[in-house]
Amino acid sequence: MSASIARHAENENDRLLPDMTQLLDGIHRVALEEDKRTGDIILWTDTAASLRRLAWGVGISATSGLLFGIMTGMFPLFRSSFAPPVAILSLIPPMAILPILFVMCGLGEVSKVVLIVLGIAPVIIRDMQGRVQDLPHEQLIKAQSLGASSWQIAVRVVLPQVLPRLLDALRLSLGAAWLFLISAEAIAAEDGLGYRIFLLRRYLAMDVILPYVAWITLLAWLMDRSLRALHRWAFPWLRSTDDAGDAP
Amino acid sequence: MSFISIKHLWKEYGNRVVLENISLDIAQGEFVSIVGASGCGKTTFFKMLLGEEKPSRGEMLLHGKRWPLEPDADRGVVFQRYSVFPHLTAIQNVVLGLEFRDAKWTTRLLGRKKNAAMEQAQTMLEAVGLGNNSHKYPHQLSGGMQQRLALAQSLIREPEILLLDEPFGALDPGIKADMHALLISLWQEKQFSVFMVTHDIQEGFALGTRLLVFDRVRNDPHEPDAYGAKIAYDIPLKQRRKWNPA
Repeated sequence: MSASIARHAENENDRLLPDMTQLLDGIHRVALEEDKRTGDIILWTDTAASLRRLAWGVGISATSGLLFGIMTGMFPLFRSSFAPPVAILSLIPPMAILPILFVMCGLGEVSKVVLIVLGIAPVIIRDMQGRVQDLPHEQLIKAQSLGASSWQIAVRVVLPQVLPRLLDALRLSLGAAWLFLISAEAIAAEDGLGYRIFLLRRYLAMDVILPYVAWITLLAWLMDRSLRALHRWAFPWLRSTDDAGDAP
Repeated sequence: MSFISIKHLWKEYGNRVVLENISLDIAQGEFVSIVGASGCGKTTFFKMLLGEEKPSRGEMLLHGKRWPLEPDADRGVVFQRYSVFPHLTAIQNVVLGLEFRDAKWTTRLLGRKKNAAMEQAQTMLEAVGLGNNSHKYPHQLSGGMQQRLALAQSLIREPEILLLDEPFGALDPGIKADMHALLISLWQEKQFSVFMVTHDIQEGFALGTRLLVFDRVRNDPHEPDAYGAKIAYDIPLKQRRKWNPA
C-alpha cells in the first residue's frame, strides 16, 4: 500500500501498483459492466468457464480415483496389472505433455480437462488404494462370513469407508487442479480466469489482475470450506473414532 | 458320520511346520475351547476353520463333505477387534447380513422387506441386550457392547458354527462374566456349535464342553521349526449344559 502511494506520488497513472480507486474501477469494469464487444460481464463468463473445466476435471478424477482405487485395493490381481502403469503415469509432469494434449485433443475444452485429470487422478487413485488396503483384514473376513459377495463388500463395506478419504484427497489436490487449469488457460483459451490474467498481463493491467487473483483465492477457499463441511455433515460415524483413524 | 471330522491335518509354510498330524472328530453342538501358548498354531487352526487358510496335507470334512474354501454365512465369526463396521449404526450392522442374503445386486433392502429385516434385527439386538442402543454408532458403544453387537451381527444369519477369536480378551473382568453368561444362553437357545480361541485357560474351562490344548510336544533346539504343534490334551468337560441336536 505504501509502495503504491510512493509510486503514485511520482506518476499519477502508475499501473504496476494500483491504488484503491484504480482497483475499484477495475473491479467495476470486469464485474459489473458489460463488455463492449460481447455484451457479457467478463468476470462471470470467465468464472463460469473456469469452474466448468475444474468441475469436469475434478469430477472425472474423483470418479476414476474411487473406481480404480477400490479395484486395485481390493483385488491383488488387478493391482499387479494396474498399479505400475498408474505409478509411472503419476511421475510424468503433466505440464510436459500439455503440448501433446493440444495436438491430440485440440485446443478446446478437452485438453484442459485431460490435463487436470492427468495431474491429480493418479495421486487420488493411489491414495484410495492405500486406504482400501488399510482397512482391517478382519472386516473383509467378517463381511464374507455374513455371506457377502465381492460386489456387496465393495459397495457396503469398502466404498462408504473410503469416501471420507476421497473428500480429503480432493481438498488436497484442489490446489494442483487450479494450477493446471490456469496454466492450460494461460497457454490456449478464449475465456477463463487464467486466460484473462495472462491476457491482461500484456497491458500491465494490475487493477484487474489483482482482483482476479483475490477472486480465485476466494473461490478456492470456499471450495475447501464446503468440502470440509460436507465431510463433517456426511460422516457422523467418523467423529471421535479411534479405530477408523482419519478424523479430519 | 460326524459333524466335523479332521484327519491327519498338517500345515506347513515352506520348511516351517506349524501344525502336525492333527486328527479330531467334533459332534454338532459342541462348545470347543482352544487354548495354548502364543505361536503354537491355534490361530492357524482357527483360520483353517474359517476357510481363510488351507491345510497343506490331510482332510477337513464338514458333514462329510470337503471344507468350504472361503468364509461363508454358515460360519459366523467374532474377532477381538474390528468385528463391527464403524460406518454403520448398531441396527444397520445387524441388518447387513440379511441385506447380503436378500439383496444380491442392489445391496440394500427397501420397503416392506426392509421393515421386516429391521424388525428381525431389532429382536436380535434385544436378545444381546442392546435394544435401546440400536441407532448408535460403534464408537459410541463400550467395548463390551461392541462385542455384543458383533455377536448379534454374526448370529442373524443363523450360522451352524460360531468362531470366536479371543472375543473377550480386551474386556474388564466384570463385563467378561456378563458376556460369558450371554454367550452360553445364546448358544443354548440358538443351538450352534462354537470354536473359541482364548489364552485365558479359566475361560476355556468355564465355557467349553471340550477343551483342546495346542502345544509343541516335540522340540529340536537346533531346528525349532522342524516340528509343529499338536493337540497335547483333549479334555471333555461338563456335558450338562449341552443342547441335544435333533
